[in-house]
Amino acid sequence: MSATPLFTPPARDPARSFQDMILTLHDFWSAHAGCIILQPYDMRMGAGTFHTATTLRALGPEPWNAAFVQPCRRPTDGRYGENPNRLQHYYQYQVILKPSPSDIQELYLKSLAAIGIDPLAHDIRFVEDDWESPTLGAWGLGWEVWCDGMEVTQFTYFQQMGGFDCKPVAGELTYGLERLAMYIQGVDNVYDLAFNSAGVSYGEVFLENERQMSKWNFEVANTEALFDLFAKAEAECRNALAADVPIAAYEQAVEASHVFNLLQARGVISVQERASYMGRVRDLARSSCEAYAEKMTPEWQAKYPGWSLV
Amino acid sequence: MADFLLELRCEEIPARMQAGARAELEKLFRRELEAAGVKHDNLRIWSTPRRLALIAYDLPAATEAVSEEAKGPPEGAPDAAIDGFCKKAGVTRDQLELRDVKGRMTYFAVVATPGRPMAEVLAAAIPAIIRDFSWPKSMRWGAASITTDSLRWVRPLSGIVALLDGAVLDVEVGGIRSGRETMGHRFHHSGSIAIESAHTYEGQLLNARVIVKHTKREALIRQGAEEVAAAAGLKLVADEGLVIENAGLTENPVPLLGRFDEAFLDVPPEVIQLTARVNQKYFVCEDSQGKLANAFVCTANIAPLDPAVVVDGNRKVLAARLSDARFFWEQDQKTPLAVHAEKLSRITFHEKLGTVADKVERVAKLARWLVESDIVTPAKAGASGGSDHTPKVPASAGMTKEKLADMAEQAARLCKADLVTEMVGEFPELQGLMGGYYAAKEGLPQEVAEAIRDHYKPVGQGDDVPTAPVTVAVSLADKLDTLMCFFAINEKPTGSKDPFALRRAALAVIRLVLENGLRFSVDATFETMTDVIAMGRRDDEGQARRDELDALLLNEIASGSAGLHWFILDRLKVQQRDAGVRHDLIDAVVTKDDDLVRLLARVHALQAFVTTEDGANLLAGYKRAANILKKEGYEGPAGTPDPEVLSSLKEGNDTIPDTGEEDPLAMVDDPDVGDILAAEARDNPSLSYTPEPAEQALIDALDSAAPRAAQAVREERFADAMAALATLRAPIDRFFEEVTVNAEEADKRAARLALLARFRDAVHRVADFSRIEG
Repeated sequence: MSATPLFTPPARDPARSFQDMILTLHDFWSAHAGCIILQPYDMRMGAGTFHTATTLRALGPEPWNAAFVQPCRRPTDGRYGENPNRLQHYYQYQVILKPSPSDIQELYLKSLAAIGIDPLAHDIRFVEDDWESPTLGAWGLGWEVWCDGMEVTQFTYFQQMGGFDCKPVAGELTYGLERLAMYIQGVDNVYDLAFNSAGVSYGEVFLENERQMSKWNFEVANTEALFDLFAKAEAECRNALAADVPIAAYEQAVEASHVFNLLQARGVISVQERASYMGRVRDLARSSCEAYAEKMTPEWQAKYPGWSLV
Repeated sequence: MADFLLELRCEEIPARMQAGARAELEKLFRRELEAAGVKHDNLRIWSTPRRLALIAYDLPAATEAVSEEAKGPPEGAPDAAIDGFCKKAGVTRDQLELRDVKGRMTYFAVVATPGRPMAEVLAAAIPAIIRDFSWPKSMRWGAASITTDSLRWVRPLSGIVALLDGAVLDVEVGGIRSGRETMGHRFHHSGSIAIESAHTYEGQLLNARVIVKHTKREALIRQGAEEVAAAAGLKLVADEGLVIENAGLTENPVPLLGRFDEAFLDVPPEVIQLTARVNQKYFVCEDSQGKLANAFVCTANIAPLDPAVVVDGNRKVLAARLSDARFFWEQDQKTPLAVHAEKLSRITFHEKLGTVADKVERVAKLARWLVESDIVTPAKAGASGGSDHTPKVPASAGMTKEKLADMAEQAARLCKADLVTEMVGEFPELQGLMGGYYAAKEGLPQEVAEAIRDHYKPVGQGDDVPTAPVTVAVSLADKLDTLMCFFAINEKPTGSKDPFALRRAALAVIRLVLENGLRFSVDATFETMTDVIAMGRRDDEGQARRDELDALLLNEIASGSAGLHWFILDRLKVQQRDAGVRHDLIDAVVTKDDDLVRLLARVHALQAFVTTEDGANLLAGYKRAANILKKEGYEGPAGTPDPEVLSSLKEGNDTIPDTGEEDPLAMVDDPDVGDILAAEARDNPSLSYTPEPAEQALIDALDSAAPRAAQAVREERFADAMAALATLRAPIDRFFEEVTVNAEEADKRAARLALLARFRDAVHRVADFSRIEG
């Protein structure tokens, strides 16, 4: 018995609705390259790249194709809701395709067309921009994609992750959703974006959040508690590593990284201390990636005889 | 004759790498042809962001057949010898030929290598070229990257077109099979194109909206950008770097002009230009008065449906960038430079050399000292320099020495403050310039603002040399400090490695000194400067640490700065070589002088002299005299100072450098010593015989010329010194013609050798002629 669907979704309107733009990208990627559509990682993080679906899944030989929205938090970018395009909380759309398909550029350009960017009306260009994250022991080559001079996507072929060569290489696309929507909707202020087609604006959803969170990030957060949190996350990461649960360890590294960003926003870390904290976060993240890769290697090698981690 | 096309298509190649990639493709292709013995010189190499193309016209259809023959052992030689020869020549015994060599039958191996078809040569060359191709950064991709051995390219390689006279050369590299199919413009053309031959390639791509010749795209951008500017009544600010970069980002470039809000023009024009250029790769324009206009030219890769839409998008991006720049500009001005400067104590200058604040402290003291010790004076700087500038009265004309010293110190204390401003953080290339703007906005004296702005100058070869006294003092102090400090910690340039740009700093010192006519002894100055650095400090903060640093520096400078003198002279030689000054002539005077201005005046006079007939002959006479003296092992009679005399002289006069020279007379570069010798010679004219006329003539000539030359050198009239030497030419020539030095009588011989020594020394006091070539 096949049930008749009781609901048929209305046509998407990505040019006039932020959520329709996101849903259109979901539609597009779930129809291409066999992507799974994931939900955001339920932790505070600075970029979609920190999602385990990107970092940890970029390791190893198994194919992996996923797309998801990741809320990003950058405490120091907060402007109390007063800057038209700077936010301490915003969304990235991540696509990770492993191994990188040979038509990845064409797929990407089609996804832009799907949300209403006509490449004969707008000047799309691939401008050299290599990516490096010392925190994750990762780097890749690629471009920033320009639309009429504006960077709308970071496009990277991962070469290394957690200090290991990517075998095979994954292609990563990171769309800046608010920028892209501002462009498509033709608005100059992020808070003026139409969140949906029913008259709700981005400002109605997030403006008060930006005001309060900026204040908390810069002025309120208890710095003693933050230092304490950092130490605890660091200790818990070590604890998890010792217990051979590297995914849990990685989560604590992500936590430590965000707490460090909050301490930065509170302005309580001096220049000299800064390097030392960054080194500690890097050490946690890399150790977790390494432990994960090493733990998984026997399984990977069983499925892919002849494959080696290094 | 055959024509060959190779196209390597890939995802977007970074613009900055394309010129290098074309050179690399040419190099590797030539390497392959040469290895096959093919001489060829009719190549075209083109690039776009998505392809590298090579066309070779008129290749031979095949390589030439080569026949090589080798002579072996004679008939009847042992089997082992014959077999060994066969093995070496790569033939079997029955292939050997017997030939008569001078009546003896001898084995010959003839190896004929037939010509290879060009198609075969190229099919082997293509994979070799791709695999050996060197990119500044390369990557792996796709399913093949499951191992790290997979092909590397700058970005994924997506296609190979290889056609020889229109026929596909079948090759496969990294899983990519060659063919005749390629792609046209990413958006203006869909589907693939089948290329017919090397001859149709450019035209077929053009039909698919791709201009494959990079030079053609460059010309199009250059002219197109000028035209859209002119159409708006503006003049494009030419920028060849941007032309090339935009040509490397587009296959179908379309320059478009846009406008930005005039209110942004409050921001300094350099900031606007840099924002547009670096972040967005836009050109900027000027109005008819040469002022920056509120316009930009972007280069699209498409002919847009509605250009206004593309322009408007670009305008918004630029506006966001310019608002950031304006924010920095306004924010930075809220803090005086002196307060910004306090933050320099947090920036490390060099691990062993402390912070930038420490450097600033040293530079401030040195700048003041340069003025107080009359090396930089209100009158001197700007007076002789900047000959190609319109002469105008410097702003500092009539400034007192005290005022100049105060300003030099003030400017030095502020000169690095802009390093911690937001604007320079964003655009490091604006260092100095922004400090100058902020100083002017703060109401600091114009001389101080200019010194802050220009104190990094001269940077490159063609860069202007500062002439304003305050600027000269700060710029010179900054560079001398850098040189001294890095030499002190033994971070000297080696070979091609010069991480702290010390060669450039030395050249800047030389240019500042020469163009401003600054007079000082390099060595003596370095010595004094160490004292200056050691002077007391103004603040107590971190005093112990700084004292420690200074102690280290002083200690190291004492041992290390000796090399600095020679380093600077070496740069002088390199610099002067470009100006046509002979390095051997510099060598001939460097031991005499380390005042660069005087040294060069001496060299110029010397060069003018040795190229005359008198000069050339005198040089020949000098060399002949020096050779005779050397051959005779001439030690010198009384009158030649012995080492003790010299050392006692040296105590009273430390300008005689201790160079470890073996010939004590080489040390006699001090006019006073020479005069003592001359006087002794005159007071003791104990010739026990009647000199021959030519001998007497040389004595008389020396009596007259030597003091004149010495006097002229003292008074820095080097041309006159040369003229005095010129009077010795005829007497020395005549002396050699008519007088036998090696006379049988011992007294005659001794006297004549002494005379030659006198001649040699007189010449020597003007320049060390033994260093002169020819």
